[in-house]
Parts: sequence; structure tokens; C-alpha cells
Amino acid sequence: MGWDRNQMAARAAQELEDGMYVNLGIGIPTLVANYVGDKDITLQSENGMLGMGPFPFDGDEDPDLINAGKQTITELSRTSYFDSATSFGMIRGGKIAAAILGAMEVAENGDLANWMIPGKLVKGMGGAMDLVAGVGKVIVVMDHQNKAGESKVLKECTLPLTGKGVVDRIITNLGVLDVVEGGLRIVECADGVTEEELRAATEATIV
Amino acid sequence: MNKIYATATEALEGVLSDGMLIAAGGFGLCGIPELLLQAIKEHGAKNLTFASNNAGVDDFGIGILLQTRQVKKMISSYVGENAEFMRQYLSGELELEFNPQGTLAERMRAGGCGIPGFYTKTGVGTQIAEGKEVKQFNGEDYILEEGIFADLSIVKAWKADDTGNLVFRKTARNFNPPAAMCGKVCIAEVEEIVPRGSLDPDTIHLPGIYVHRIVQGTHEKRIEQRTTRKREEA
Repeated sequence: MGWDRNQMAARAAQELEDGMYVNLGIGIPTLVANYVGDKDITLQSENGMLGMGPFPFDGDEDPDLINAGKQTITELSRTSYFDSATSFGMIRGGKIAAAILGAMEVAENGDLANWMIPGKLVKGMGGAMDLVAGVGKVIVVMDHQNKAGESKVLKECTLPLTGKGVVDRIITNLGVLDVVEGGLRIVECADGVTEEELRAATEATIV
Repeated sequence: MNKIYATATEALEGVLSDGMLIAAGGFGLCGIPELLLQAIKEHGAKNLTFASNNAGVDDFGIGILLQTRQVKKMISSYVGENAEFMRQYLSGELELEFNPQGTLAERMRAGGCGIPGFYTKTGVGTQIAEGKEVKQFNGEDYILEEGIFADLSIVKAWKADDTGNLVFRKTARNFNPPAAMCGKVCIAEVEEIVPRGSLDPDTIHLPGIYVHRIVQGTHEKRIEQRTTRKREEA
């Protein structure tokens, strides 16, 4: 029942339109690049690159060419490089059409928490706060429930926020939800998931 | 005026002291001023504050200065790759100020441009906004962030000419230009110093006005996450 990681990534890829400049987060969002098909999408890596290519072939790794996850990558014919201030200038300035990123919690008002759990090791927010505050559309891709089976789609986030009222669309293993006035609206259910099941698995208000 | 120094140690002479705020370029281990960090370790200056996106790993980058307890405080966006960092932070030996990555880059750029503060939407409604002035523009909230004015900047570039004009390579540019701009004194370590006139003036990434000292050396350029694909997958 529901979508697996790759199916979630494939569903998220449907959000992307020809000509978009997009930033993909770490984890399932990274897989979205595998499903863009013929669409002309330019991937931004916030450490200073537009036009991110695939991983290099064995032996072709270049220490001067990494993505925001610090992985070795390659360039494309369209690639451009720039410094970090310019990179976040285009993010903060709304030039990046969409960011697809993971989350620990999302609330019905669009609040997003994905950078720290109090009492646990805090690694830092990296570029996540800048991305969610600046890009055109914020799409969250995550499991609908945590390992204990509790909803991660909440009335209110319990964890420290990454951004307030920033999420536009939530794609989970159970379906797709939009943040609208008064709560969340079901856009579609994942394969084999009924609307009743999706509602039952969701703490947030569904309108 | 001669900007070229023979070694990183000589380049630091007279400009490094205890308690300084140092802005360092680099993202992860990519484009970090590894020779100058090693020379700072050997110099022994302590109680240093670093504005740097990351804190290196245990035995490379700023990590080597954590081992020797030369760092008092980090201003960073992400420090997850460094176990010794976490140990010192959790035991209260090390101060940490988290900045969103774009805010950190802009704070450096702003400092270098003589801008003491700017308003940004990044972090509004989060812990980052606590204690900061909020101002509305066109009905939306923005928070005040301050420019960073560092005592010293240490950066890594690919090529320099003797006037300090710098060219970076691929994503190794990252924080280096804004870090270079915000320091009273900027030292650049480079892979190659080329003769004046051999860099195309139209392709210089950072003009030499920002760069006071230059040192050439051999860089390890360690890779943090080596990820590849097999040729047959192509």
C-alpha cells in the first residue's frame, strides 16, 4: 500500500515544469532527478553551481566539483559556477522556481521542521532556512508517519522550525496534500490508499 | 608592493594574534585554505573565532585547530562532519553560533561592502530570529542580520597574479570571495601564481584590491564523499 521512495520521487518530479531552475535536498529529493524525463530542468547546488550533472565515472572525481551534500559530481554543457553569496542571492531573490526537500514534521499552516531535534546532536540548518524562505514553491517529500506510526503531518510542529508558513505541497508515501486556507487539501491518494486511510493517518486538519 | 610570500607561515607574520575573528573560505573540504590552517596550527594563536560554513573533519581543515584547542567559537551553518567538534561543543568548551548558510554568506559579503546590517526573510519565525529586530516591508516580516567585519580572511583560489587578482575553479569558489572581502587583511593561498597579464581581465573572479598577501603551495584537496558511477551504467 502506498508509494515507495522511488515512486514518491517520481511523483515529485511531476511537479517540475520545462525550463524550471530547481534545488533538490538530500535523501528522497535527490532521486527526483532520475524522473524528470524529457523536461528541461536545471538543478541548482547551493554551494555555487547551476546545471548539476550526474556522479562522475570511477576515476574522474574532481575535488573541486562537489554538490551541497559534499558528493563528487560532474558539470554539464549549461553549467555555471558562482560564489555562495551569489548562490543564496538567487535563492533569497526568488529566482529558483522550486525546492524539493525532506522534513521531520510539517504543519497544516505550512510550518516546516527539518533541522534539529532538541537534546539530540545538532548539525546545523545549512541552507534549508534560506531555501524555504526564498524559493518560489516549497515541496516536501517525506514518509507520512514516523517509525512509531505517528503522523508527521501535524496541526502544529513540535520541533524547532526551519520556516514558518513556507510549505506549498506535501508528497508522502500515502498521497499528495496542498497547504490551503484553514488546513490541508487532498490532491491525490497514493496507489492503493483510500481517502479514509489518508485522513486516518493524518493529524492535521483536512479541509 | 610585493604581495607574494614564500610560505603560509611567512604570509601570516604580523597579522595573526590571539582572540581574532577569522573569516575562512571553503565548503566542506572543498576550496578550504588548508595550508594557512596548518600554519595557524603551527603558529599556536588561540581563542580564535572562525566564521566558516563548516568546521572541517577531525584531521583536516579547521578540525586540526580544534584538536589543539585554538578555536573559541565557530560561526557556521553546518558542523555535522566533525566528532571532535561535537565533543567540545557538548562539553561547553566551544561556542557555536549557527547561521543559515545564505545569511552567513551575505553577512560576509555585506561586511566586505561596508554594509553593517541587512534585512532578510530567512529564519523569520524560527530560533534564528530570537532577539533580532523585525521590520515589515510590503506587509512581510524580515529580520535584521549584521555584516561580518573580520580581522583576517584566509581563502583558497586556483590561480593568482602577483597583484592578487584571483581565479577560482568550479565549486571550490563557494565562500572564498565573500570571506576574502570581509577581512581587514586577506591572505590567499593558490595552486599557481601566474605572471601579470596572463589572466584575462574579463575572467577574474575576485579583484586583487581584496587580496593583500598571496602564497603558492601544493594542496591535498581531500574529497569528503567520493561518489561515482560505473562506466557501464552510462
